[in-house]
Amino acid sequence: MSEALVTAAPARRPIGAARFLRRNARIAIGGGIVLLMIVLAAAAPLVAGDPNSMNPMIRLEAPSAQYWFGTDNLGRDVFARTLYGGQVSLAIGFSVAILAVAGGILIGLLAGYYRRVDALVMRVMDGLMAIPAILLAIALVALTSGGIVIVVIAILLPELPREVRLVRAIVLSAREQPFVEAAIAGGARTRKILIRHILPSTFAPLTVQGTYVCASSILVEAALSFLGAGVPPSIPTWGNMIASSQLYLGLAPWTIFFPGVALAVLVLAVNLLGDGLRDWLDPRLSRRQ
Amino acid sequence: MAAYIVRRLLSTVLVMVLVGVFVFLLLHIAPGDPAAIIAGNNATPAEITAIRHELGLSDPLTVQFARWFWDLLHGNFGISIFSDTPVITLIGQRLPATLSLTALTIGFAVILAVAAGVVAAWKAGGLLDGLLMGFAALGFSTPVFVVGYFLIYLFAIRLHWLPVEGYVPLREGAWPWLSHLILPAIALGLAYVALIARITRASMLEVLAEDYIRTARAKGASNSSVLFRHALKNAGVPIVTVIGIGVALLISGVVVTETVFNIPGVGRLAVDAITNRDYPIIQGVMVIFSGAYVVINLLVDLSYALIDPRVRY
Repeated sequence: MSEALVTAAPARRPIGAARFLRRNARIAIGGGIVLLMIVLAAAAPLVAGDPNSMNPMIRLEAPSAQYWFGTDNLGRDVFARTLYGGQVSLAIGFSVAILAVAGGILIGLLAGYYRRVDALVMRVMDGLMAIPAILLAIALVALTSGGIVIVVIAILLPELPREVRLVRAIVLSAREQPFVEAAIAGGARTRKILIRHILPSTFAPLTVQGTYVCASSILVEAALSFLGAGVPPSIPTWGNMIASSQLYLGLAPWTIFFPGVALAVLVLAVNLLGDGLRDWLDPRLSRRQ
Repeated sequence: MAAYIVRRLLSTVLVMVLVGVFVFLLLHIAPGDPAAIIAGNNATPAEITAIRHELGLSDPLTVQFARWFWDLLHGNFGISIFSDTPVITLIGQRLPATLSLTALTIGFAVILAVAAGVVAAWKAGGLLDGLLMGFAALGFSTPVFVVGYFLIYLFAIRLHWLPVEGYVPLREGAWPWLSHLILPAIALGLAYVALIARITRASMLEVLAEDYIRTARAKGASNSSVLFRHALKNAGVPIVTVIGIGVALLISGVVVTETVFNIPGVGRLAVDAITNRDYPIIQGVMVIFSGAYVVINLLVDLSYALIDPRVRY
């Protein structure tokens, strides 16, 4: 553990990449798996066939040399569908994480600095937090014609309050710091204080938080696809692969096993990466956890 | 103390009103004409107008909200479009299954998670700690439906120990009721257990480093006495907080679990309403579940003083 504490100041004392990864095994393993999955998902058109091509002659075939992950009830290649499904999970996970962090910075900075909007914004955030993500998404999908944008919004809205609270808490404590007081006394404008002096201290915690948001967004997207309230069923996702194969669980468990394992491994890897980043960026916190 | 409770109650009411505003506005800010979408692709203009009228969509927004919220306070959640039954009746019929599932899950999950967290903190850095926390990380990352199908495949399809799916009311016997709920409760509870176990461990580790723990050990208190009487009591507040916050996880999980195990509960009601675009049902379920979350977290906040006498509001 004391080793890890030393690496807490990597910016000042650069160390080799290999040594960094050895000391931060969780970043190495989690990040490595995430990277591998990104490469696999991106390479799907090169290494796998058409995920939607049906062939009634090869329904529910067990994994073989030709069909590595077997085929599903419509004779579709589970390997191809698993790779393409990864594209959706990764795209939604990362876009929700980026939007949540950006939204959190914007709203959190304003709420933390302008006391007048603070109470209102925070109550609205409390209200948003109370609505279960999955039900919000179900409602949005039932009301609109669905689609990826709606799914991203539905996952984003209940995630946002956590980022806003985090940024706001940092702003509130930064406001009391001598360097901010000095900037105010020096006549710096509010916008400059917020961006130049307060914003940088949110980067480390937001990086960690953003990673966790990514993991939980991937889980919610999969659940929504599974319930039939996610992206359109014509796009293969891990969630809708499992939903469409549920009747064949006893007959062809591989149709559920492979997307299920892919999902669990990806989320585990992202969470691991988050834990590793937290240990690296905030050693004070890691000792407690 | 009394002032705190009043303040906390007021803020709870405020949050509930805000939830009401969100749920209400959702119907109105969503792109497209909700009446047309609810009516479906083959609806005639007359049918769409009828639905718009039924939902009161032609009145001013504030009037609609006041009417809707007033009805809500009187337990009137509207009428299901598809089955023409009051939503509150439908939810009432489904409530026993959902309550059975969640009560069982919370009960077993809290006991298991706190025990695992205490043991992990006690053996911190050891093999058992590593195993428990590795298991917790896995439990936190595996979605409810993947765990659910794994359990069904292993314990119902292969081993025939437990039923595959369905729900049997308690009045038809304790074992039939319980046997149908064991697998769903494990699938639903896994992430919740993982969350609470991690916080219990972290909170225990902090307390175990305190001086009075060393004093307790020095005066010869037994291991279990130190862990449970001295440490766990003082580590209680963060644990209870997470038990409350984790209910959000459970609520989303209930919707999925009831679908996987074909349990006729409130969550399943909402999922089935997607296909029919039965918006009043979805609205009602959102209000009920959000209300449950807010009330449970209110109780959690108020319980701090019971757990820790040092807490004075």
